[in-house]
Amino acid sequence: MGELPLIAGQVFNSFSVASLFVLAALGLALSFGLMRVINMAHGEMLMLGGYLAYLVFLAVPGPLAIFVAMPVAFVGAALVGAALEVTVIRRLAARPLDTLLATWGVSLILQQAARSIFGAIGVGVTAPAWLNHTIAITNGPLAGLTIPATRIFIVAVAVAVLGALSLLLARTRIGLLVRAVNQDREMAAASGINVRQVDLAVFCLGAGIAGLAGVVLALLGPVTPNVGQSYIVPAFLVVILGGLGSLAGTMIAAVLAGLVSALSQIFVDVSSSQVLVLLFVVLFLQFRPQGVIAVRSRALDG
Amino acid sequence: MTAARPLLRHVWLVFLALAAVAPWIVSPYELSLLGRFLALSILALGLVLVWGEAGILTLGQGVFFGLGGYVLAMHLKLAPLTPGEIPDFMTWSGRSELPWWWQPFTSPRVAMAAVIVVPGVCAALFAWAVFRRRVVGVYFALITQALALCFATLLVSQQESTGGFNGLTDFSTLLGFDLAAKGTVWTLYWITVAFVTLSFLGLRWLMRSRFGTMLRATRDGENRVRFLGHNPTPYKVVAFTISAMLAGIGGALFTLHAGVVSPALVGVVPSIEMVIWVAVGGRGSLWGAVAGTLLVNFAKDEISSALPDAWLYVLGLVFILVVTLMPRGVAGVIEDVFRRLRPVSPGGKVAAITSPAGGTP
Repeated sequence: MGELPLIAGQVFNSFSVASLFVLAALGLALSFGLMRVINMAHGEMLMLGGYLAYLVFLAVPGPLAIFVAMPVAFVGAALVGAALEVTVIRRLAARPLDTLLATWGVSLILQQAARSIFGAIGVGVTAPAWLNHTIAITNGPLAGLTIPATRIFIVAVAVAVLGALSLLLARTRIGLLVRAVNQDREMAAASGINVRQVDLAVFCLGAGIAGLAGVVLALLGPVTPNVGQSYIVPAFLVVILGGLGSLAGTMIAAVLAGLVSALSQIFVDVSSSQVLVLLFVVLFLQFRPQGVIAVRSRALDG
Repeated sequence: MTAARPLLRHVWLVFLALAAVAPWIVSPYELSLLGRFLALSILALGLVLVWGEAGILTLGQGVFFGLGGYVLAMHLKLAPLTPGEIPDFMTWSGRSELPWWWQPFTSPRVAMAAVIVVPGVCAALFAWAVFRRRVVGVYFALITQALALCFATLLVSQQESTGGFNGLTDFSTLLGFDLAAKGTVWTLYWITVAFVTLSFLGLRWLMRSRFGTMLRATRDGENRVRFLGHNPTPYKVVAFTISAMLAGIGGALFTLHAGVVSPALVGVVPSIEMVIWVAVGGRGSLWGAVAGTLLVNFAKDEISSALPDAWLYVLGLVFILVVTLMPRGVAGVIEDVFRRLRPVSPGGKVAAITSPAGGTP
């Protein structure tokens, strides 16, 4: 196996890592752009999606269980998200740093609840047969490259979610409302938009997407009570790198972070590559502190 | 503002006296806990400066705590060895000689200076790089959290030179004193009390100076400060550096009291717990930070030994309730009670003139 298939494999790997980052970060980026708050319990929405997938796979055996699990996880996570928005986040909307701490408390409680219900060890989901194989390239310059089908599936899910979300934001009435509130909250409220409802809808949507990401995660490895924690810190970095609440920025940032993470793993171990991703983000902010794509705003602070 | 609370002005002297005689009152186990938690409260005092005063939420204080703890622990591992010997865990991991960056810590003076210098220099460089580009608020909090994650992961992965997941433990002597001897334990305890007192007085002086005024101004309106012709960046960098140095001192003293330093004490979760000690006590109040640290940690010790599963539920609820219902913490509640009891001070000034965000203690 030469250099080329190794690098091509890592590049593909970085896209599948980036897809996970995108799915985990989208909800964060959306509600951060709108409300300037970060939900530290967002990782637990992933965890919730994973456990819901596990339950669905128990209840509905068969090759297509995953297509049942995805909507269930989406709705389940969105409902929990709604409860969180109404009870905690709405009360703290004016204090973003305090929101961060309060939602961390929520995250601790959700993790401990998962530990009490499902146990600390973690549960597994067996990927259906049509996902449980690898595609191997045997000839041409890339001979020796193998790609697991689950990883292709992850990329496909991320692309589908991104596509659906851009359509939603660009073409529908709710998308119009979201863009209006994003640009100027006071003006939108003055023209009769119920900004609270828009906040709630976007928050639910973001939590739902994280739930979907949880299903995908369950295909890759066991679902544990702290599975969300391991994905959430990179997702935060992606949001910072991407710029305030920009969809395209989040996507580009996820790909950048995925590339840095996967390509550096050719040379160094996983933990050092984590450090390199952080260094990359801090260095990047030296040149573009506003992130990849800056949404123009007239606000002085924010 | 002290005129409004003549009683409270000298209460801290009573607590200091109590803390000083504690070794004769409490059991050795309780004294060990108290020593540890007082060491942690030095870190908490630093958080008051950086979070309460300057409004910078940092979720990576565990990194500087860990740096202070590890540099001292490295010396403690080397102290009983003869030249040429290497710490036992390195031999087990298949290493035959000391890494070059362990070499300087053979000297106790270097190690003790490094407890302050290493966290200070790291914090200053990091803060300068980030604050220079006006990365603030939530962004800064999340970057510091990533820093804590990286630090803990690196410590775990470099098993043969950091002790990996188990960290560094099994210390015997410092400067020729036996660490297990009662005299050493008591002396270390008093040194810790002295450090808490010095940090408290130093920070109180700092917060009442022009420097403190600039920090509060930056917290309440960074752009206004800029418009008035000041550059807030150096103030923030200095505040962050001071808090990191205090965290380093706290880490070193904690390591001495606990006899261990490990990645489990410095990662993402402990770092954010450090913030909640200060939130419980009151982010704007120095004595509140010390009280909050002792309160939360003694509660943690009690609850997690009685009902291990309950502790995280309790901690989660504390996070939510303190932040939503009493953002100024226990100190804020107590100050409000005193204010209600004595609405007008003898001088005739209205007592409620202090800032609502919680001024100096």
